Amino acid sequence: MLIALYIMLGLALVLGAVLGYAALKFKVEGDPLIARIDAILPQTQCGQCGYPGCKPYATAIANGEADINQCPPGGDEGVHALADLLGVEYKPLNEEHGETKPKMVAFIEEDICIGCTLCIQACPVDAIVGAAKHMHTIVASECTGCELCIAPCPVDCITMNPIVETPENWKWKYPTIPIKPAIHL
Amino acid sequence: MNAPINIAGLLKKTKAVFRFNGGVHPPENKAQSTQRPIGQLALPEKLVLPLRQHIGNIPKIKVAIGDHVLKGQLIAEAEGTVSAAIHAPTSGTITAIADAVIPHPSGLSDRCITITPDGKDSWIERQPQDWRKDELAPLVKSLRLSGIVGLGGATFPTQIKLRSANTAIHTLVINAAECEPYITCDDMLMRERSEEIVLGIKVAKRLLDAENVIIGIEDNKPEAIKAMRMATENTDIQVKVVPTLYPSGDARRLVYLVLGQEVPHNKRSTEVGIQVFNVATVSALYRYFEFGEPALSRVVSMTGNVNQPQNFEVLFGTPLRHLIKAAGGAKRDTSHFIMGGPMMGFNLPSDDVPITKAANCIIAASPTLFEPPPPAMPCIRCARCADACPVSLQPQELYWFAKSDNFEKAQAYNLFDCIECGACSYVCPSDIPLVQYYRYAKSEMIALDKAKEAADIARERNEFRLARIEREKQERAAKHAARAQGAKTADSSEKTTAPNDKQAAIAAAIERAKAQKAAENTEPKNTTHLSNTTKAEIAAIDARRASVGLTETKMTTNEEKQAKITAAIASAKAQKTDANQAANETPIKNDTLAVDTEKQAKIEAAIARAKAAKAEATKPQDKGVQTKPSADAEKQAKIEAAIARAKAAKASALETKEQQAKED
Ligand code: SF4
Ligand code: SF4
Ligand code: SF4
Ligand code: SF4
Repeated sequence: MLIALYIMLGLALVLGAVLGYAALKFKVEGDPLIARIDAILPQTQCGQCGYPGCKPYATAIANGEADINQCPPGGDEGVHALADLLGVEYKPLNEEHGETKPKMVAFIEEDICIGCTLCIQACPVDAIVGAAKHMHTIVASECTGCELCIAPCPVDCITMNPIVETPENWKWKYPTIPIKPAIHL
Repeated sequence: MNAPINIAGLLKKTKAVFRFNGGVHPPENKAQSTQRPIGQLALPEKLVLPLRQHIGNIPKIKVAIGDHVLKGQLIAEAEGTVSAAIHAPTSGTITAIADAVIPHPSGLSDRCITITPDGKDSWIERQPQDWRKDELAPLVKSLRLSGIVGLGGATFPTQIKLRSANTAIHTLVINAAECEPYITCDDMLMRERSEEIVLGIKVAKRLLDAENVIIGIEDNKPEAIKAMRMATENTDIQVKVVPTLYPSGDARRLVYLVLGQEVPHNKRSTEVGIQVFNVATVSALYRYFEFGEPALSRVVSMTGNVNQPQNFEVLFGTPLRHLIKAAGGAKRDTSHFIMGGPMMGFNLPSDDVPITKAANCIIAASPTLFEPPPPAMPCIRCARCADACPVSLQPQELYWFAKSDNFEKAQAYNLFDCIECGACSYVCPSDIPLVQYYRYAKSEMIALDKAKEAADIARERNEFRLARIEREKQERAAKHAARAQGAKTADSSEKTTAPNDKQAAIAAAIERAKAQKAAENTEPKNTTHLSNTTKAEIAAIDARRASVGLTETKMTTNEEKQAKITAAIASAKAQKTDANQAANETPIKNDTLAVDTEKQAKIEAAIARAKAAKAEATKPQDKGVQTKPSADAEKQAKIEAAIARAKAAKASALETKEQQAKED
């Protein structure tokens, strides 16, 4: 009887130690839910959701402060994915936050740029290069199309251009099936 | 395979072939284009060479418009690991480097180099290499300059296939199955150039250090089989005849057919020690090493609805129209042209596209040859497609998932193992264009993957930026704290404003300048004869600048209040100097000199304005300026806007001057 007690006690101690060690060793940094929500968000960092970026919006969703339908760049699929992840009802995108547009890329009219550096300060992903009083330009491959650089430009030299279709990014289209004419009797 | 191992081994020894699952047997239509030998084409008027002719990176252009190039000269160089070079197929002049329609299912344009031949066809100096004896590594390395890609249609750069020597290759399989209907270019090549092919096989065998070589040929090419058997006599190269069954020419199917070995679906054949080369590719290898000829041309079947279907040796870049003319022209009811075979090929956007490295066959299509598909009917779940699928997929399931954009499920059902052979569409009694759905789903999934990658990069960049801003903020705070400390200790003296290292250097420079000035007994020209109004303006500007933290002028803290006080003091001083003309220079001098060197440009602008104002004979205009020192100094942007407004309020002469400067 006593031996059994000792064994149980010993086991409890050993397992407790193992668990305690594991809790320290494999500690999860940050909130995994926020990271998982953030992984769904498109990372455009445009702020249309009402938060200063995707991560803050993800945090707000995780804390129950924001609804899941506030991210226009994520579109309908984004809302569906969030609804699936969080186990809540899907709801259509809230139009107050804007509507989903095809992805664009910013372009600086380099002859007009006065080198004020205001767009650099606005770009959330450092996709603009340039120096004070020198021409600025956009690294198209890094631009998320957030449009945040448009407003600060004092000479309105930034435009958003649609992404051109090339053989590189071309996609096969959904098959269109000819509609069979109705049979008249 | 549930046969015991030893029986399988026995079968292998008896050179049997192993049938794969599924497959179809569409009408062959090969006889039409094998009646005539491989024809030669006259030089076309122009050669249009798309940069995108292979799988991998776009090569880098090495010529300019107007350059004269010789036949075989490198005009675009392989870029990155997976890429292939492009050479001038004949001598002539580069007449254009521009976008033109390329043979691609999208029908889009892409960058092409256009050569106008000079008709001389004069070669660049060729450098043959002794592939029998030379060291292996340099030989393989030199292939990067050959421009050779897989000529079976996949166009994968050959140098990569020979280079990946991390697993030893024991068997080289030569793909001569040519299973798709209509295509006969490999057939004709074997009939006419079997010797060259065998030498090419020897090249590849040496480069790969392979022990066994097996050529797999479908049994519908008896003449090619005969020619290859003769050419391989007295060698250790085996010729295996495989039954005619589409798609036996698919690399994995052929490996199974001739070796009885299934390549796992998530592995490359090289990982199990097998490499597959197309017959045309090995013959190109031979020509490259033996004669120093890079990839300049290929054999193309021009067949279907043309008057004289035939195979031709075609220079890359030859316009399709030129080839059609050589084949006797297209018949009148020709509706369009197909590149590749009828099963896996795609419709060309026009007959103006050039022949590229991928073009093994061009079929002129007409409504009689290729009936327009009847409208698709609903899937009846007959599973005929599953029976026909050579990869043993479940096409009917994949169809449902692709149709409903259920990409996750499609992936789980191994959509990416689908070789798009079209066997399923071929047998489907409901005439569903199954492959089109698979292609659609695949390209959507690839695009989604790329978007995900881009999002990950954007997240990383955004996080990095936020971290950087935070760091800069802290650094600035630390700096300000240090400065506040320094200012307190040096409060008595107005001029010692530099407590830390950098500022010490600046202060030293200022001292030097002052000493020099004292020696020469001169005043800075730009402040000598200013009116009191202008001086007040400058003082106000400097004060505002100080309030935004642009200068270090007597700032004890960076707080707003402090800035406002400084500004007030400055304007008070300016007023005082109005009354007292004798002592008017000092505050301006000090402020101008103590300015941070980085902002020198801005100061200069201010000075320029001051000068302009002076020239204007001093109208009292400090109405707007006076209000500014008390403006909100939190954001530099706002201040700058305010400055702009002040400027606008100034006289028109000043404005036009500034505008001119800006436009310059
Ligand atoms: S709206 Fe913009 S910032 Fe907000 S989550 Fe969507 S992409 Fe990110
Ligand atoms: S360049 Fe402009 S549009 Fe593009 S990411 Fe930066 S701020 Fe957004
Ligand atoms: S062959 Fe066609 S109808 Fe039959 S199961 Fe496959 S997709 Fe459906
Ligand atoms: S196209 Fe794909 S699914 Fe259809 S038979 Fe071929 S491999 Fe199978």
